[in-house]
Amino acid sequence: MIFLELLLGFLRVGFFAFGGAYAAIPFIREVVLSYGWLTDDMVTYIVAVSESTPGPVMVNMATYVGATKGGILGAAIATFAVVLPAFIIILLIMVIFKRLLNNRYFKAILSGLQPAIIGIIAATGVYMIYKNVFLTGKNASFGFSIKNALFTAVLASAFFAARKLGKKSVSPILLIVVSAVAGVFVYGL
Amino acid sequence: MAELFELFITFFKIGLFTFGGGYAMISIIKDTCVQKKKWITDEEMVNMTVVAESTPGPIAINCSTYVGFKKKGISGAVASTLGVILPSFIIIFIISLFLDNFLEIKIVAGAFAGIKAAVGILIVDATLKMFKKLKKNTLTVILALAAFAALIVFDIFAIHVSSIVILVCAAIVALALSFVKKPGKAGEGK
Repeated sequence: MIFLELLLGFLRVGFFAFGGAYAAIPFIREVVLSYGWLTDDMVTYIVAVSESTPGPVMVNMATYVGATKGGILGAAIATFAVVLPAFIIILLIMVIFKRLLNNRYFKAILSGLQPAIIGIIAATGVYMIYKNVFLTGKNASFGFSIKNALFTAVLASAFFAARKLGKKSVSPILLIVVSAVAGVFVYGL
Repeated sequence: MAELFELFITFFKIGLFTFGGGYAMISIIKDTCVQKKKWITDEEMVNMTVVAESTPGPIAINCSTYVGFKKKGISGAVASTLGVILPSFIIIFIISLFLDNFLEIKIVAGAFAGIKAAVGILIVDATLKMFKKLKKNTLTVILALAAFAALIVFDIFAIHVSSIVILVCAAIVALALSFVKKPGKAGEGK
């Protein structure tokens, strides 16, 4: 039952996505791959689409997956599910647990969650790069792509060099646009 | 009713004009809700940011729920949260209708092959920034590295362990250590 799966899958994502915009990506990827809703490549594309459109990445990804698997109703259910935990938790904190944030046990748990989340997101990013360079064989089997390796290296150098030289961070959208234009010339023609 | 509609429309606009979500949204919410509308005070805004950072979910959603509830109770929370989500919901739904076909065009597929490289870089860069902001001590650094290593190993060897397991382990370790440390740390009150 796709609607029930969407509901449960995205409730899980919404409940564990501590730590801002990128925190949801590992959990969404996990849920979406385990149900076979999207391919790994498609997950990467949707991250890029989410970055380039308004709204939080987590909500955008839920809407997209829900829409492709269950039409408008699927989109509504997935989006509702991904937002619900945050919604309820904020209300609970405001009404009942006003002192929760000062509780030392809560603080201790949070101090463990924050670094673990950072590690998890970093691993997801590194694995995406690794896969794009080393797993280019059929069905993601081993296959080193020198073209992808060079492309990634040049793009990353340009990104970090631009920040160092310009003393300002390059916006994610700008990097996505540049990579898309470069991609057209390198892969699309 | 008019107040609910105002909450809805205000957060609809915030949802429509913030790309990428997250911290970009905070300054816009502050500008709108503190300065222009005077719905919440500066102090409440700071409080709210702390709450949003300590709870699951995107900061934009957390903030809209908070402000909506402050203004108008549960119905206010629903109106503003719905408002902030709706623009991206509509836009992404429309994109979902044609993205698959769109990807079959060779030029578009090429563009997305390039984008694939960018997304990995963006995610790694975001975590570097998060790591810089993290309060570092032996525990937090070890937990971050351990979580990273564990997930990489799981991914490479295709071991199906959810990263939620890693999170729960990290929480347990941190909680357990806080009990052990208790006698030594006089400064940490209840």
